[in-house]
Amino acid sequence: MAKALVFIDNPGAALKKSSLELLTIARSLGEAAVAFNGELNDDVAAALGAHGATAVYRPSATDLDNYLVSPKAAYLAAAVAASGADTVLVENTADGKEIAARLGVKLNAGVITDVVGVDADGTSHKSVLAGSYTTTAKARTAVAILAVKPNSVDVDAPVGAGAPETITVEVPADAAANAARITGRTEKPASGRPELTEARIVVAGGRGVDGDFGPLEELADALGGAVGASRAATDAGWIGHDYQVGQTGKTVSPQLYISAGISGAIQQKAGMQTSKVIVAINKDAESPVFEIADFGIVGDLFKVVPQATEEIKKRKG
Amino acid sequence: MKIVVLVKHVPDAQFDRHLTGPGNTTDRDESILSELDEYALEAALQISEARGGAKAGNEVIALSMGPAGAVNAVKKSLQIGASSGAHLSDDALAGSDAAATSLALAAAIRHLGADSPVDLVLTGMASTDGETSLVPAQLAERLGLPQVTFASSLDVDGDRVVARRDGDAHAETIEATLPALVSVTDQINEPRYPNFKGILAAKKKKIASLSLADIGVDASQVGAAGSWTAVETAEARPPRTAGTIITDEGDAGIKLVDFLAAQKLL
Repeated sequence: MAKALVFIDNPGAALKKSSLELLTIARSLGEAAVAFNGELNDDVAAALGAHGATAVYRPSATDLDNYLVSPKAAYLAAAVAASGADTVLVENTADGKEIAARLGVKLNAGVITDVVGVDADGTSHKSVLAGSYTTTAKARTAVAILAVKPNSVDVDAPVGAGAPETITVEVPADAAANAARITGRTEKPASGRPELTEARIVVAGGRGVDGDFGPLEELADALGGAVGASRAATDAGWIGHDYQVGQTGKTVSPQLYISAGISGAIQQKAGMQTSKVIVAINKDAESPVFEIADFGIVGDLFKVVPQATEEIKKRKG
Repeated sequence: MKIVVLVKHVPDAQFDRHLTGPGNTTDRDESILSELDEYALEAALQISEARGGAKAGNEVIALSMGPAGAVNAVKKSLQIGASSGAHLSDDALAGSDAAATSLALAAAIRHLGADSPVDLVLTGMASTDGETSLVPAQLAERLGLPQVTFASSLDVDGDRVVARRDGDAHAETIEATLPALVSVTDQINEPRYPNFKGILAAKKKKIASLSLADIGVDASQVGAAGSWTAVETAEARPPRTAGTIITDEGDAGIKLVDFLAAQKLL
């Protein structure tokens, strides 16, 4: 039977939704197993079992987090060998994709990134050239490595099995040789809002916000959404680079994308045109964003956005 | 210091871009030097200049792999300030995925380091066409180099590389010893433009044309045949069409909420 190995890296006290999505995909492919780095508490172990993991492969080394990417790839290669998995599923983050990249070379295995759906035969669906094409791709190798974007599947209900069997995998002694060391780590302050690439709703601002993201943050909070920005806004230093949506920033495809004070040039469009519903607010009726908006408002965002926020609060009581 | 900068010739994102042919590969008409590679080149030039530049024996080699037109990415890099170029081109390379690309580039970098070793390989954080970000990590794996990726700052001090890597939840300080591979983000610097002097100087700079035979790679290891993944189908997404556009008459915020409610988005 086909076996899929899901890589879960340091989830802390509870599994992230994206990990449960990977487990759901793993079960749709065959037997699900987990390669788990970090502290495994009882609740997380039980949740892994409940979501179908039959075995958890943990590294013999505890210092993998002190290095960038490569020792984790060495550990995963050992976990693939121990489990006999033919598919490896990782998160489509910078670290996830790079671990996949190195694992691919170690295992002579094809890597597909930015996956938004996986068929039972391993065919992967993705969107390329900034959302202008949808493609299917397949690994031609014995093992396939897929980096899957968040919100790609609905999480299956727990099946209620017990904690899975735990197996320790020997990390090769030379795994950290020639690896770059992580010598400092500063946590960034949490905004309390959903992560930009995982959010159901994104409220994004550009040049037109003129340094003041306050009204957009209030609208995002009223809607339970994340805040994003165009490159013009991040380059101006009005908001951190992490918030940039576009060709050189993050690609998002939320249920709702509200664009305020963004002209919608190709660089921005590249990061958001696969959103389900696009709303645009801009003073300039000629802005290209109106060509792709489902609902467009020609007007002053400093009037429209606060009015919408008030109305949403009123209706939500 | 001998630095190899990877530069890719990619379709200009200002225009519509297309997949074409039986392998669903990228149509490379209207191509330019990938914007994200300009940051890697700038980083290389700054490191070289801080050590006295070409006069002091520092080398910045712009390496591109791609069909005939890709030499333009190398030429542009020479105009911006790279000291020499290398263009790896072979019909057998067409349709290479990240794994096959990294295999060929690794062999090309070994070839460039045959007379004197390469100290630093610099790349952009992704190509603006494939956008997978796989090649830098795969190249580091194949060359056995420490990987310092997504650097938003970079200092080279003696044989020590220190970089900042910004993630969503935290920022990390990464250290490695040369030789190393570093990929940089668009936050690291402000790339310079080629000036008249640079454009003239570029005409005298050398570009090495490399084939697979030159770098000791067999045709079966690259291209569609040597790739570990295949794009099976490609479908152009229907263009989005404009919906309702209104002009604010004092109640557009309310109308927006009506729209969201009708779409069940509240």
